[in-house]
Amino acid sequence: MTASPKPILSRGDRVFSRSALFAGSMILLTLAAVAIFLIVESVPAFFADSTTASILPSNFWTYVWPLVFGTIWAAVLALLISLPLAIGIALFISHYAPRRLSSVLGYIVDLLAAVPSVVFGLWGIGVLAPAVQPVYAWFNENLGLIPLFAGEVSATGKTILTAAMVLAVMVLPIMTAICREVFLQAPVLHEEAALALGATRWEMIRLAVLPFGRPGIVSAAMLGLGRALGETMAVAMVLSATGVVSFRLLTSENPSTIAANIALQFPEAYGKNINVLLATGLILFIVTFLVNAIARWIVSRRAQFSGAN
Amino acid sequence: MTLTIRPVSAGSGIAGNRLPRGTVWIVLGASLALSLALFGLLAAADGSAYNLVGAVLVGAVLHLVISTGISGAVEGRRQAIDRLVTGLVTGSFLIAMVPLVSVAWTVIANGVARFDVEFFTSSMRNVTGEGGGALHAMIGTLLITLAATVISVPLGLLTSIYLVEYGRGRLAKLITFLVDVMTGIPSIVAGLFAYAVFALIFGPGVRMGIIGAVSLSVLMIPVVVRSSEEMLRLVPNELREASYALGVPKWLTIMKVVLPTSIAGITTGVVLAIARVIGETAPLLITAGYTASMNYNLFHDRMQSLPVFVYRQYADQGNPISAFLERAWAGALVLILIVMALNLIARLVAKYFAPKSGR
Repeated sequence: MTASPKPILSRGDRVFSRSALFAGSMILLTLAAVAIFLIVESVPAFFADSTTASILPSNFWTYVWPLVFGTIWAAVLALLISLPLAIGIALFISHYAPRRLSSVLGYIVDLLAAVPSVVFGLWGIGVLAPAVQPVYAWFNENLGLIPLFAGEVSATGKTILTAAMVLAVMVLPIMTAICREVFLQAPVLHEEAALALGATRWEMIRLAVLPFGRPGIVSAAMLGLGRALGETMAVAMVLSATGVVSFRLLTSENPSTIAANIALQFPEAYGKNINVLLATGLILFIVTFLVNAIARWIVSRRAQFSGAN
Repeated sequence: MTLTIRPVSAGSGIAGNRLPRGTVWIVLGASLALSLALFGLLAAADGSAYNLVGAVLVGAVLHLVISTGISGAVEGRRQAIDRLVTGLVTGSFLIAMVPLVSVAWTVIANGVARFDVEFFTSSMRNVTGEGGGALHAMIGTLLITLAATVISVPLGLLTSIYLVEYGRGRLAKLITFLVDVMTGIPSIVAGLFAYAVFALIFGPGVRMGIIGAVSLSVLMIPVVVRSSEEMLRLVPNELREASYALGVPKWLTIMKVVLPTSIAGITTGVVLAIARVIGETAPLLITAGYTASMNYNLFHDRMQSLPVFVYRQYADQGNPISAFLERAWAGALVLILIVMALNLIARLVAKYFAPKSGR
């Protein structure tokens, strides 16, 4: 770790440092390879039409547009549900719960991250969708004038709102973890100063903790968005998709998402259809890469924290 | 930031009027009881099933409204808002517990039906209705995850050693950044990547266990890198300097001093990384495919894995439907048990094999 005068390297040293460098470069290579292979395999899809690739209605872009819309719409809905929850949970763990309990509570929330997505998918169909269907019916009946709740209500509850709820549960752990981390880093002196001036606990949080944690909250939201954009199985199982572009939350006609569409179509795909699906994957990769890069850039200015730990 | 703090009114103690301790709990109990009774009446009135979730929800909202109201009347607006936020924050934590408890409960309740010997000892070959098991899927998951671990642990560990011990300047920064970004690659994109690489070599439509392993290692490497990097940075510099002072070359210092000191943490990180990828469905669905038969060969033909087994049992329901759903839930139960066991192992390793610190 310390800067030393140019040492005489033994052979072991050289082999070891080179293999370490090699491994590090492999990361760069892998990412570059992901991009290159996806691009190479996707190029034919951009020029394909319904005669060459059977899943295309006319050309590639009319096929991909509803998918892109559905991906972003579902992810944004998930974020709207999970962000306030994540901030609340993080505040509860960092500032409200007794200190001795806080690590245990954090661990309990992390347990949600341990549930495989396919299990969340099963749960979404088997438990969540039937449970929320009556609520949807009520909303549709009484608030049907609002465009979001309009249309014919789904009889199964397998709508985009249900999918977004499952997504929200799945991205909660990482968002909570990041928020918690930044909230805990808020300067104790500021907090104590606020309390000493007579602020209530909420005023202390509003004055000392939240302004400090804002970059953390933003990057948590971005990381959660990245996860929600790419989440596959839960959406593939829960959503009944018809490929429309619609903001309606409660009907059984929903836009699909890129990831879910790939998972559903890929096993039976052949010929140019495979290229089309790979091209949609490329679009997903670019979108999530950008979202993640922005999130990392924001968080790296503030704290050493990554979603991997 | 326009916070005006009202002077404390005279004659009411230094903190102003306060509600007596326990008031909030009394309000909570009362509003819950009221709501439960109300829903009970509703259920009795039209003979519908008792809606416990709705009752608790309405009770909680009622509690928030009443306690904020009382507090606002007695203690003033600021205290009332404080109490409201406390209620909301606590409520958000409780809401997060609902899916956790619900998932655990449904998986156990539905999974035990087929959690039997046959499930662990037979494959789905020639099974069309009841019976059958997931042995082929468990073998597949074991082999694919093992291969993914064999690929990602050396690569990830060496990368982290590079970052901590050798890396300087731009390249190290770039790698750190890209590792962070890599943790966010959607799993299905990792699957597509692995498929695209192998399709170029073996032709389109290729399905092999090893492709699944490659896609899983794309997801696993960044996790291993981050966790072992963190562990290597925890090793005190004094240890390295002492070793250098004795004339030990750098690579031997790393091998004999740095790695043994941090091995417990690294093992924990690797186990957690395995736990994270073992439940991945999407990449395996499109790279390793699915089959009903045993396959011990990673390099030949389709290979079933446990998450894909769960998905296929749900997605491709036959007759009777219950047999397929029960198998899916049993598979989900096994999967969750594996993940929980891995998490537990990771924590135990971290606890019992951690180096004795001087502090």
